[in-house]
Amino acid sequence: MHIAVCMKQVPDSAQIRVHPVTNTIMRQGVPTIINPYDLFALEEALRLRDKFGGEVTVLTMGPPMAEDSLRKALTFGADRAVLLTDRFFAGSDTLATSFALSAALEKIAAEFGETPIVFTGKQTIDGDTAQVGPGIAKRLGLNQLTYVSRIAEVDQAGQTITVERRAEGGVQLLQTRLPVLITMLEGTNEIRRGSLADAYRAASAKLVSWNAADAGIVDLAKCGLRGSPTIVKKVFAPQARAEAARMLAVEDGAEAVMTEIFVRQPALEAELMRFASGQ
Amino acid sequence: MSDTSRASTKKALPEHFKAYKHVWVAVELEHGVVHPVSFELLGEGRKLADKRGVDLAGVVMGGDEASVLAAAQECFEYGADLVYTVTDKVLADYRNETATKALTDLVNSYKPEILLLGATNLGRDLAGSVATTLRTGLTADSTGLEIDDEGSLAATRPTFGGSLLCTIMTLNFRPQMATVRPRVMAMPARQPGRVGRIVEHPLGLAEDEVVTKVLKFIADRASNKAQLAYADIVVAGGLGLRSAENFQLVKSLAEVLGAEYGGSRPLVQKGWITAERQIGQTGKTIRPKLYIAAGISGAIQHRVGVEGADLIVAINTDPNAQIFQFAHLGIVADAIEFLPRLTEAFRSYLSVNRLAG
Ligand SMILES: Cc1cc2nc3c(=O)[nH]c(=O)nc-3n(C[C@H](O)[C@H](O)[C@H](O)COP(=O)(O)OP(=O)(O)OC[C@H]3O[C@@H](n4cnc5c(N)ncnc54)[C@H](O)[C@@H]3O)c2cc1C
Ligand SMILES: Nc1ncnc2c1ncn2[C@@H]1O[C@H](COP(=O)(O)O)[C@@H](O)[C@H]1O
Repeated sequence: MHIAVCMKQVPDSAQIRVHPVTNTIMRQGVPTIINPYDLFALEEALRLRDKFGGEVTVLTMGPPMAEDSLRKALTFGADRAVLLTDRFFAGSDTLATSFALSAALEKIAAEFGETPIVFTGKQTIDGDTAQVGPGIAKRLGLNQLTYVSRIAEVDQAGQTITVERRAEGGVQLLQTRLPVLITMLEGTNEIRRGSLADAYRAASAKLVSWNAADAGIVDLAKCGLRGSPTIVKKVFAPQARAEAARMLAVEDGAEAVMTEIFVRQPALEAELMRFASGQ
Repeated sequence: MSDTSRASTKKALPEHFKAYKHVWVAVELEHGVVHPVSFELLGEGRKLADKRGVDLAGVVMGGDEASVLAAAQECFEYGADLVYTVTDKVLADYRNETATKALTDLVNSYKPEILLLGATNLGRDLAGSVATTLRTGLTADSTGLEIDDEGSLAATRPTFGGSLLCTIMTLNFRPQMATVRPRVMAMPARQPGRVGRIVEHPLGLAEDEVVTKVLKFIADRASNKAQLAYADIVVAGGLGLRSAENFQLVKSLAEVLGAEYGGSRPLVQKGWITAERQIGQTGKTIRPKLYIAAGISGAIQHRVGVEGADLIVAINTDPNAQIFQFAHLGIVADAIEFLPRLTEAFRSYLSVNRLAG
């Protein structure tokens, strides 16, 4: 079985800094990582490959330096890495991103074999929308399985898949037909370390690199900024509350803090008293 | 969405979109119950509709007449002028396929200018499919919704980086779509007996045409889930607590107050608390009467999750910490030292007054 995994290279959020004066994101020198949520998708894909045989192809849309993440994916055991990179993709929102990725996925299927299962992560830690997966599913006409916590069964002969899906207030056991798009829930597995052989292979592997034309994209108006219906109107720092915080000093003591809480929330005092009495 | 430096383009709404009017909320009805986020969105949608001088409509899709009608009545009582209903056995359990068809058909038939959904697993599953099918813009996890001077929806959300917000618009496509997380918007007051108009719409899909089957639904045991989002009092800790052991101080205060406890995201990453106790943009949004934050810096992703609290009390060693910009009450103190004192103050006050009362 040939499985495709979409993963994004993202800045390591823990180390992001915002310029104190200009309020812009300081990207220079910020280390990048594979979007952590996408590793659950990758591991699940690798497990299916180990079980059924076949290949795992990882796909990233991003700047040329996103190659680092793809190589990393190869060290974990992915078989092939495709980088989709073109300046026409700059400024893509979720609709434009899913357009470009869908085109690349079609091309992957044509070049390297059909992919009955396409994985994405639940969401990215920078875009953080959880919408690109559903967007790809819709564009490619794949049956959509989001927030999957477990793949219960893949029946290759019957072309069906059964999964557990995290729904509101419970878990759905869903069965559908291949091909599918799965967004994998976090914490569902743990990414493998990868073998030494994989590490060697990754170091020297030649990545597949496609621009828009290579991926068969004719209509550039659907890409990047032009292809994005949403527009970022402004970026701004949050305002301080109109009324500044009342600052208490340690010397005022804990009682002063408690008193101030009750002054501001009188109803709370009565509720706490009831709670204490009920104990 | 990651690139925030995109230039703004001019509004040029194509002629065929000019018929799009009214504000809609896609209501989440599952297993006979409406998710509270739908009512919160009706409250917010009411304000948007009034500002635009248009109707507010709820969209209720469900498997049986009784629960659909009950949900529609609730929508009226929470502010809807009308409710579009799609009732079909096929819609009994949520499935992307059926819900996407029902909602896109409704949009194409009745043309709303704004479509809001909850940023729940269901809402996000549905919103992404509907927006892609309609080829329109979608702003995920909005924390603020406004109508700008030109009458367009301006949706604000935190952006990448930890201390910035951005306002996103869909100028040239309709509907303008946004999702909002539970508890971000206030629950509007219910107006019992308020009525409205119901518009029924057929689904036109038979079960054997639907590819995906729900074989089983295993309901969560309510007992093992933190009721953080709906707690009246929440005590939380951040990296300033320095160790998992010190986090116990947060739990002790919470216990005395009968409160829920939670923390900032790094604590989940460090394994000090479980994911369902994370507070903020990618965790739970809370609206307690009292929120006490100890050793939390107040990054925007944390802020948007707690801003709805009535009273925010922050304990931080750094007088310039961001959290003091939105706290009501601030104490510049070492939380490791101060939390036990606060716990003790409440404990003795409550025990004395309990004996007296
Ligand atoms: C896409 C994205 C989503 C995110 N989602 C969330 C989210 O949902 N929730 C969330 O919380 N974060 C989220 N974050 C992370 C967020 O940006 C911050 O990094 C995080 O909230 C910081 O956690 P903190 O305040 O505990 O730690 P820090 O920022 O390290 O702050 C620690 C604070 O403790 C103070 N301190 C130190 N010692 C003491 C002491 N002894 N006593 C008292 N105070 C002390 C320090 O002055 C400092 O202010 C997200 C980030 C991104 C990029
Ligand atoms: N530029 C990209 N390249 C490859 N995959 C992506 C890209 N952007 C998003 N994805 C995939 O879509 C998922 C959801 O992303 P998002 O909608 O940004 O939260 C991610 O977890 C990735 O699997």
